[in-house]
Amino acid sequence: MADIQSFTPTTPEEVLETVRWAVAEEAPLEIVGQRSKRSIGRPVEANHLLDLSKLTGITLYEPEELVLSARAGTPISEIEALLGVNNQQFAFEPMDYGPLLGAEAGRGTIGGTLNANLSGPRRLKAGAARDHILGISAVSGRGETFKSGGRVVKNVTGYDLSKGLAGSWGTLAVVTDVTFKVLPAPETEKTLLLNGLDDHQAAEAMAEAMGSSAEVSGAAHLPEGVISKFLDRALIGGPKTALRIEGVAPSVEYRVDHLTRLLRSHGVGDVLEAEQSCALWREIRDCHPFCDATPSPVWRVSVAPMMGPRLVDTFRRAAGANAYYDWQGGLIWMRMESDPEAEVLRKLITHFGGGHATLVRAPESLRRQVDVFHPQPAPLAALSARLKEQFDPRNILNPGRMIQPASPTT
Amino acid sequence: MSGLKMPEPQAATLSRRAEIVADMRIIVPGEGVVDSEEGMRVFESDGLTAYRQLPLVVVLPETVAQVSRILKYCHDRNIRVVPRGSGTSLSGGALPLKDAVLLVMSRFNRILEIDYANRVVVAQPGVTNLGITHAVEHQGFYYAPDPSSQIACSIGGNVAENSGGVHCLKYGLTANNVLGIEMVLMTGEVIRLGGKHLDAEGYDLLGLMTGSEGLLGVVTEVTVRILKKPETARALLIGFPTSEQGGQCVADIIGAGIIPGGMEMMDRPAIHAAEAFVQVGYPLDVEALLIVELDGPMAEVDHLIERVSEIAAQNGCTTSRISTSDAERLAFWAGRKAAFPAVGRISPDYYCMDGTIPRKELPRVLAGMRELSEKYGLGVANVFHAGDGNLHPLILYDANKPGDLDKAEAFGSDILRLCVKVGGVLTGEHGVGVEKRDLMSEMFDESDLNQQIRVKCAFDPSHLLNPGKVFPQLHRCAELGRMHIHRGQVPFPELERF
Repeated sequence: MADIQSFTPTTPEEVLETVRWAVAEEAPLEIVGQRSKRSIGRPVEANHLLDLSKLTGITLYEPEELVLSARAGTPISEIEALLGVNNQQFAFEPMDYGPLLGAEAGRGTIGGTLNANLSGPRRLKAGAARDHILGISAVSGRGETFKSGGRVVKNVTGYDLSKGLAGSWGTLAVVTDVTFKVLPAPETEKTLLLNGLDDHQAAEAMAEAMGSSAEVSGAAHLPEGVISKFLDRALIGGPKTALRIEGVAPSVEYRVDHLTRLLRSHGVGDVLEAEQSCALWREIRDCHPFCDATPSPVWRVSVAPMMGPRLVDTFRRAAGANAYYDWQGGLIWMRMESDPEAEVLRKLITHFGGGHATLVRAPESLRRQVDVFHPQPAPLAALSARLKEQFDPRNILNPGRMIQPASPTT
Repeated sequence: MSGLKMPEPQAATLSRRAEIVADMRIIVPGEGVVDSEEGMRVFESDGLTAYRQLPLVVVLPETVAQVSRILKYCHDRNIRVVPRGSGTSLSGGALPLKDAVLLVMSRFNRILEIDYANRVVVAQPGVTNLGITHAVEHQGFYYAPDPSSQIACSIGGNVAENSGGVHCLKYGLTANNVLGIEMVLMTGEVIRLGGKHLDAEGYDLLGLMTGSEGLLGVVTEVTVRILKKPETARALLIGFPTSEQGGQCVADIIGAGIIPGGMEMMDRPAIHAAEAFVQVGYPLDVEALLIVELDGPMAEVDHLIERVSEIAAQNGCTTSRISTSDAERLAFWAGRKAAFPAVGRISPDYYCMDGTIPRKELPRVLAGMRELSEKYGLGVANVFHAGDGNLHPLILYDANKPGDLDKAEAFGSDILRLCVKVGGVLTGEHGVGVEKRDLMSEMFDESDLNQQIRVKCAFDPSHLLNPGKVFPQLHRCAELGRMHIHRGQVPFPELERF
């Protein structure tokens, strides 16, 4: 084994050179950007670091064409600031894992955003990073560059490898360049709060809201156990269910009014104005109640929205957990009192119609023992392994991060 | 393209045809196997009717178990399979092969579940796109992607092609509206990707499957997101003296932060053909006609329609009408929706192309098309999904005139090359199929294509599913698997590392 190396390429060509070196030396690489999500996944079994934090720069931004391209290591904060100047945004509302994982807020790169397939509360209306990526350039674990997609929204030319890399956590290829669709930012927003609903009543109310023509762009339920953690204790006094309305001002007024009438039997309460609304949804997005500077296990669970509360109820009979819901009840953030109880949780997910649970926070020792990513049935796991082998046959890119590595084939 | 080369038929398969037909009858009893020439004739082409080929045999399974057994049977015996939905592909994606089983999914025509609380419909793949909306519209819901063939095209085919439609700038493509599928691999293995929940637990195989044109697996069930119908919709009909002004108006609407539900543009030949056909009062003295539809809550639509109207005026429109009733809105659309048959009236045949360009390049591409039109001596009319840059040039030709089809195809290829040259792509929504297969290298280099084919190798290493489509040359997986090791120095040693 060669000495431990840390490579900090500044161009895609240098990335290619590094990966080719690693392929030849059979020297696995851990790929990092600003390291804001480095502790998600099984610990990577690599001695060398491929650090993309200097592979930066916005290479194209045409607001009227709704398109932005950047080098993979470009800070997301820099991009969002530029978009903001033009009243635009990433509609998928990428969350910031930093505070949950014990780092400061505002870090992370655009490459990491794609590789983690980030999203936020607007996921249920506008999709995740996968839904907004238009094109990529990347270096495969074979030491070859390839591109996919383009810079236009509507494109079905060839396989969508850009989507294929979304959520691959750097295990298929090193993305060097990305092109994303951007959209106008809403002019303003408000949040309608419902008071005092239990988890099941909240699921019913959220389903009614999402099934209305009010175009709700966020539907979260914050049970009593977490409510004091939001907006500096401004929301205390029982559970709150939050419904976000965004758009041009007259439309927001009209729809808040519409929702208020629609949900009058569901404990309609206050309306948060733009500033507070914005702050609340940022906290919901970034898992603020569990940003507690501890390593206690945190699950991110995705199930059918109506199944969320039922799953949590049943799971709590087996384990102590604090939980809240986003995505109309379909996204559950859950902090465990002690053991993550992975097997119990995953059995229940199957029982309640399917979905997945990712152990997004846990001490390293635990992340070695427990499957961080949801295990797949055998034929699907085999297909995923074949895909990995087609991109990275020597298993040199983030080996072990998503699944325990098999012995490399050459 | 008339000299389209398809994979050499496998003699071993052709010689065993009777045995294969008999075995298919065992797997799919009853009427589900068609082997007479007369019976197979209806399946000999899809929407790209210039190409026809009778398949080895047509099989119409009814159950997932049958699909699995058919594929496993073919896999074990090295027999090729071409999957087909409703056969509306405009790119020849479902064109049969002489030595391939044509696997027709049209009997999978049931809606399995409607779940309003979770806002999903679970359907078999042969259900039509519009069939999904019909199943939920009495509750005020609909399925958003609306390809113009929606009355006939199947939801399984929509997944294979990642179908779009008029409304996809605001509501997304099939890929953004499908939450899960069940599919059968060539080995006969049945897998499920996604479901009523969001995101994948591992790799985004659903993302790879959507738009894979039947080369990776056969979809047997689809879970889609349904949406509540917008409260209202209103449209503007705006005419411009130049296409530049029309294009700038589109840019300014989006620049103002407005994403219309639909935004369509037609050029002069298309306007004239449409007006002559449906007589809805399109202005005939303009070069570009824009239809902008705003949908959503009443208060929002009323507010935005004024802003769009102002933007149109600032861009020098010569006519501008706002719909005052739903009937009038639909009249605005009637000409656009009838554009293809309208063009069919002024020319014996037309060839519909499908490229996407960055919107700002529209004037340049239209000018280039005029030059090409002169060069080839063939007319062209344009309809354009203006919001997302998806262009549908309709090339006018006469199939009975010797050489005209070849000229039309060459013209079409040149248009697509032009699209790629200005930063666009070969196909926005119709797919590559056989039609644009040999143009793939205009957009991708060998390394790009090889990595795509390696995805194919992960799903179907023997290349038995839908061969001859999408890729100009399908390299053998063993060949592609070889590693070329570039042994060298430690990278960029001049840089400091720590």
